[in-house]
Amino acid sequence: MFLSALREHARIYFVNPHKNVPREGQKSEYHAFQPSTSSPQGYGRQDLTFENQNYKGHGLSKGKEREGEWDFYWCDLSWLRENSDHTYMDEHVRISHFRNHYELTRKNYMVKNLKRFRKQLEREAGKLEAAKCDFFPKTFELPSEYHLFVEEFRKNPGITWIMKPVARSQGKGIFLFRRLKDIMDWRKDTRNSDDQKDDITVENYVAQRYIENPYLIGGRKFDLRVYVLVMSYIPLRAWLYRDGFARFSNTRFTLNSIDDQYVHLTNVAVQKTSPDYHPKKGSKWMLQRFRQYLASKHGPQAVETLFRDMDNIFIKSLQSVQKVIISDKHCFELYGYDILIDQDLKPWLLEVNASPSLTASSQEDYELKTCLLEDTLHVVDMEARLTGREKRVGGFDLMWNDGPVSREDGPPDLSGMGNFVTNTHLGCVNDRKKQLRQLFCSLQVQKKASS
Amino acid sequence: MLQEESDLSLIIAQIVQKLKGSNLYSQLERQAWASLQRPEIKLESLKEDIKEFFKISGWEKKLQNAVYGELSVFPLPSHPAAPPEHLKEPLVYMRKAQGSWEKRILKSLNSMCTELSIPLARKRPVGEQKELLNKWNEMGTDEPDLSLFRPVYAPKDFLEVLINLRNPNYENGDSLSFRTHLGLIQIPLKVKDIPELKECFVELGLNTGQLGIDDSTQVPPELFENEHVRIGQKVLAEQDSAAAQQYIRQGSPTALRAELWALILNISSEPEDVLYYEQLKTNVIQHDLLVDSLIYKDVKLTASNDDYYFVFEDYLYQVLLCFSRDTSVLSHFAYNSASPPKSYIRGKLGLEEYAVFYPPNGVIPFHGFSMYVAPLCFLYHEPSKLYQIFREMYVRFFFRLHSISSHPSGIVSLCLLFETLLQTYLPQLFYHLREIGAQPLRISFKWMVRAFSGYLATDQLLLLWDRILGYNSLEILAVLAAAVFAFRAVNLMEVTSLAAAEAVLADLSTLKVMPLLQIFLFATVT
Repeated sequence: MFLSALREHARIYFVNPHKNVPREGQKSEYHAFQPSTSSPQGYGRQDLTFENQNYKGHGLSKGKEREGEWDFYWCDLSWLRENSDHTYMDEHVRISHFRNHYELTRKNYMVKNLKRFRKQLEREAGKLEAAKCDFFPKTFELPSEYHLFVEEFRKNPGITWIMKPVARSQGKGIFLFRRLKDIMDWRKDTRNSDDQKDDITVENYVAQRYIENPYLIGGRKFDLRVYVLVMSYIPLRAWLYRDGFARFSNTRFTLNSIDDQYVHLTNVAVQKTSPDYHPKKGSKWMLQRFRQYLASKHGPQAVETLFRDMDNIFIKSLQSVQKVIISDKHCFELYGYDILIDQDLKPWLLEVNASPSLTASSQEDYELKTCLLEDTLHVVDMEARLTGREKRVGGFDLMWNDGPVSREDGPPDLSGMGNFVTNTHLGCVNDRKKQLRQLFCSLQVQKKASS
Repeated sequence: MLQEESDLSLIIAQIVQKLKGSNLYSQLERQAWASLQRPEIKLESLKEDIKEFFKISGWEKKLQNAVYGELSVFPLPSHPAAPPEHLKEPLVYMRKAQGSWEKRILKSLNSMCTELSIPLARKRPVGEQKELLNKWNEMGTDEPDLSLFRPVYAPKDFLEVLINLRNPNYENGDSLSFRTHLGLIQIPLKVKDIPELKECFVELGLNTGQLGIDDSTQVPPELFENEHVRIGQKVLAEQDSAAAQQYIRQGSPTALRAELWALILNISSEPEDVLYYEQLKTNVIQHDLLVDSLIYKDVKLTASNDDYYFVFEDYLYQVLLCFSRDTSVLSHFAYNSASPPKSYIRGKLGLEEYAVFYPPNGVIPFHGFSMYVAPLCFLYHEPSKLYQIFREMYVRFFFRLHSISSHPSGIVSLCLLFETLLQTYLPQLFYHLREIGAQPLRISFKWMVRAFSGYLATDQLLLLWDRILGYNSLEILAVLAAAVFAFRAVNLMEVTSLAAAEAVLADLSTLKVMPLLQIFLFATVT
């Protein structure tokens, strides 16, 4: 499809100056323009691009920059901030972010929303249900919750904490500490430097309990990157992509050197600067490989439980911001979830990214990301080919449709006794090409039959 | 009848001899003495009662497994008067060829030694020993200067040697006939054809369930998978080596594989084994060998660059460095056509009293050697267990892939089997590739030497190695190589150069091993 021409390090977007909703049979004509704003600093994202000649044949062509004349916009977060309030969008138009996505993706807001949701669950459904929200380590927003943090800190002497800036990505500005003295010094430093820069507001940080017993493979720490596509919040419709990857740190894990960020931070962006880094390696395992490895070590049951727990993380985190996110039928969002597994095979949520990196570090990575984008576009369904009742589109499985989605077809088992298996296949076989072929064939047949 | 009986008694005598020296013997003795305390053992029927006790307590099973293990590994004696060289390799010209190949390797090693003025072995100073001990779990972070080291040989050098092998008693004649072998290997060894392979690998047939085929997502697990897993658990509960070997021919469930392999290879982690491994580790710490640098270089070049095995880098060092110092490996040279290279203490060249085997285990690593260990890291995480499994796999199977012999699982036979299968069942393809200068063996050799490690996806590789263990033979490697060519035949018919043919066969990571094997053996019109 048109994404076959994707390359790294480029930027582009789709746009349609004709403002036509393609009718059946009509070849969709999307035109793209390149926005004049450059990628905002701090997000450091690389965006994908199309080569002019390559997508012409697929119904896409590069157009001229024209404000507001587009049908589909894979937008930059900065553009969103500046323009989303006053841009009029037709009904069919789609845009790739929710206006206040930061409720989920900025660490301090996410923590706040999760805490609030947990309290609500405890009130409504009891302690057991609320305990299902215990997938994020104890977190405090700084500087506002500084005193609460100090209290917790004093209660647990000797443990390690991690300090993360709320709005930065790719591992920038993160450090570990064990003594209050360390952050006192840091506080003084940032205060001093901030006085000189009048325009920049004081950055917010979160202090989070560092997970000291991560699951190690080959002696190395890793985290998982999983992709979740949310089509709407009210009602909540979320899809889970089958592929993803585990990112390894290049050096062996040890708690002795908390200054060595190469040990602890597994983002590829950080690992790329490590002296051990070999670009050929990529330091990533596809999730299928990771799942197989765990199964051969712990058995299929344990792996099933782990992946169920991860499903729980995705759903609960989305539910916690459901009422807060400004619902807009034009919006959808592809999130990149970062999950850390500890030695007891318990998954922890590190953070949610609204603009997951789409730069490829290897051939395999490139395939994954292009297929991911292609399937995202299939689910968004600008061409209006889907019936809306599909449970699987390519590599995406419908995980939540205003309620849990079951793997089994047929009426839901309301007795509550049946074996409800969620319709997620994270780390499983992804025969997307075949599935897409079958899907679109049958859709065509259905359309023909009904006309 | 008489001949068979005397053969049998000879075999029994040999096995008893072998087992008497093993740990199991002393354990059984101890158990027998301890059992005398038990009430059910009576003096009148002492022998029967003790035998009964062994049966119930599971010790008989252990003995059975040990005997079965010996039978699988040791070749049966052909004649009581046969000299030991015949056990290694019955054909003289093969022995000679292996001997001269070894001389070449040793020469290459010695010249590298003199060039770099590095001793073959030296004792480490205490400071260095301490440092190495601290770094034992992360030797991969070390970046010694290895630029001057070259691997002693690569598979393609070995292939050249095999191509030039000739049987001096065999007169091929100048005229080409239908009997002429068009491949690279010109040795008249007996290899199986497809009907014989079908008989041999009967459990891979179309009517038998397989893991790798009948556990795919479309097939409901009730049809085969669930039952197979249940049987696997039963086999493990019984701790029966022979049953496990039979069971694994249909593939091993992921969760049971590690234990099944350990059972088939008869590896049990006794405290003595862990102690032995620790001993080897101490040897590594105390002495530095030249081969260590070769091992480092190999790991850095191959496993570290692999997309999946890079994670296990440290384990590879921990296994391979200890492996080089393990003198128990020397015992496998009794049935290996190769012989361990000898080195002499400085100044005492030629004097047998001052000869030592170098490296201590007699095995000089070549380029890609570390890939034998890498897939095992997927299954075993405890270093001493991983080490034992690798060592057993090496002395049972892998050594055959880089020594010249006439054994049906030896690399020469595998190459010949591959070429014969191709020439007989895909003649057009074979002829075409030969015409464009792309002899198929030149491409498939590296796959077979490494037992496909690093070329197939790990889960597929493990399914393949399940069958190697199950059939106690490496012939399946040659069959798979031929099956891969058959699978990509259409594309290969269109290429016009060796480079293009290599490109078609460069990426095997998407292949599914079992369907390929099944189709090639059982579903191709012969």
